[in-house]
Amino acid sequence: MAFYDKLFSAMGLSDWCGTSDDKAPLSLADLAAQAGGAEDAGPVFPIPSFDNLHESCNRVWQSRDVTNGIEDGFLAAKPALKAVLDPITQPLSWVLDGALWLFEATPWFIMVPLLVAISWYASRSRPVTIFVAVAIMLLAVVDHYDVAMQTLSIIFVCTTISVLFGVPIGIAMSKSDRLQKSVVPLLDLLQTLPTFVYLIPLIFLFSVTESKLYGIAIILYAIVPVIRLTDLGIRLVDSDVIEAANAFGMNDRQKLIRVQLPLALPNIMAGINQTIMMSLAMVVIASLVSAPGLGVNVLRGIRNLELGVGIVAGIGIVLLAVILDRVSKAALTRVDKTQVKH
Amino acid sequence: MTQPMVSLSGLYKIFGPRDMEVLHHVQNGMGKEELLAQHGHVLGLNNINVDMQAGEITVVMGLSGSGKSTLIRHLNRLIEPTAGEIIVQGEDVMQLSEDGLRHARQEKMSMVFQKFALLPHKTVLKNAGMPLSVRGEDEVTCDREAAKWLNRVGLTGFENHYPAQLSGGMQQRVGIARALTANTPIMLMDEAFSALDPLIRTDMQDLLLELQKELHKTIIFITHDLDEALKLADHLVILKDGFVVQQGEPQHILLNPNDPYIEDFVSDINRARVLRVRSIMTPLVDGKVPEDAHGEVDVNDTLESMIARSGGDTSHAYIVKDGEQTVGTLDMTELVRALVPRVASEAGARQS
Repeated sequence: MAFYDKLFSAMGLSDWCGTSDDKAPLSLADLAAQAGGAEDAGPVFPIPSFDNLHESCNRVWQSRDVTNGIEDGFLAAKPALKAVLDPITQPLSWVLDGALWLFEATPWFIMVPLLVAISWYASRSRPVTIFVAVAIMLLAVVDHYDVAMQTLSIIFVCTTISVLFGVPIGIAMSKSDRLQKSVVPLLDLLQTLPTFVYLIPLIFLFSVTESKLYGIAIILYAIVPVIRLTDLGIRLVDSDVIEAANAFGMNDRQKLIRVQLPLALPNIMAGINQTIMMSLAMVVIASLVSAPGLGVNVLRGIRNLELGVGIVAGIGIVLLAVILDRVSKAALTRVDKTQVKH
Repeated sequence: MTQPMVSLSGLYKIFGPRDMEVLHHVQNGMGKEELLAQHGHVLGLNNINVDMQAGEITVVMGLSGSGKSTLIRHLNRLIEPTAGEIIVQGEDVMQLSEDGLRHARQEKMSMVFQKFALLPHKTVLKNAGMPLSVRGEDEVTCDREAAKWLNRVGLTGFENHYPAQLSGGMQQRVGIARALTANTPIMLMDEAFSALDPLIRTDMQDLLLELQKELHKTIIFITHDLDEALKLADHLVILKDGFVVQQGEPQHILLNPNDPYIEDFVSDINRARVLRVRSIMTPLVDGKVPEDAHGEVDVNDTLESMIARSGGDTSHAYIVKDGEQTVGTLDMTELVRALVPRVASEAGARQS
């Protein structure tokens, strides 16, 4: 006799509920009780959970029906989703594979000077450039050059796509309070959902062998800061300057290109820096779904308890992170300097 | 009288979500404080009727919160009025389409701002050329015009600096050059010199008057500083709580304030420096000129220069000339009397 029996009979629902010993699936607690032979007395006043209520009334769901329901719902929607998303996202696979091929096919004696040159161009800082050169060579001497380039190629593609989509979304949000109100909760969700949880529905939708699977996971995670900071940056543009732009008869396009975007650039750059760092964080986790790169070695270290392999790959990731962070930060400071506030 | 360049009539602005509904309260005489207390709406402008003549400097003066910055933003519709008419060069600004309004802002009215509002990421040259490049002029034209006006305001050599590298006074010169480059008949100046320190401010006022002598623009100048207003104004409009307390020729307002509020204002002024001979002279009635005159003076001389000239002797009298024509006489005793503000003279009368 379960605790909530009286409740249901008091409400006159006994008939509707049916008898409690039919072939309805057993809850975990029931299984445990059967295994133990004796019925567990349980607490005096059990929490009114689905499972506890189900003991008294068969019509009430069990908790596992909820998770099953989500799964069934998702599986039912899957063909339609796949039919739409598969062709749309296919170019992502091509771009990722292409970039991967390009980064691997380019010989190191071209690639390394090129990366150093890009660092110099972006940062115009001698210490940063020297650090980049040393760090890449360090990775190379321990034979991690190839995996580091794989990781870099994925970050390169995902960051670029995040910026291409994130900046326009941020601009649109800054123009419309309603859009901002509806998008912000979504961004909060994307940023707080544990990273592994992204992967689950994606695995259902796409084949694990396709590169777009990890590409989407990384972009969804990394696009958030660039959207947020573009929106913020444009909203923070000095209203006096906007008023002047209006007073001299600028149209919306001119205002955006000549005033708002340039003045929001420091914030947008900060967003891009965050986006790069977050795609690096995600690319390691994405090695679970066949993303190549340093993450694979970390995974090998965990799976096979190969301490050294894991730690070397980990330090490689740190080096890559510092390179990307310092170069993008130095570029940000350079942009900031031309806009000294008075 | 010719058609005014800018004409405001029956202009009301009420800030708040239901401005149209509470408008009739204001039209029936409800004041600013009552409106705020009873309806939660802020009264910005209350039945403004002002004509601004072409080629004149119209100064709108008032303390903060009097609605003067709101008023100037109505001319180019940076703020939309609740009710009323805004006619610029015979054209109703309220009827303009979005494109038409943008066109009017580009071609008819340029603006100078209290906080300069320059583009921090552009050089001085590009800032000054901005109004032309907005219109779609090619870069060579923009740069040429910008350089010309920068030179006119005394900033040659600073073309490639960024605004943040300049002092406040120089930044505002860029602001003025920018407005001049736009080459519009009307210039709106919103407390343009208020953020500058006093010496620089005097320099800028002189610069503006000098430019105006050449260019004859229609300038609408906002200020909270009476000295500045009296120095610049051809037509002075005094605002208080969103309505016009008095408007007219500044000398006239100074000598005949019609409101205690304005009397308070004008009592602290150095009248000798502001008042001119023409405002206090005795007009010539029948062509008779006093025989004991000590000399001839111009109608536009200030009283200060007259005192210096007479050596403080109140028995002197002068013949007033406007160019070649004799227009009146000036008795130094009259002059001394005019130096005493009406409030102070009444207070003196009460004491005796």
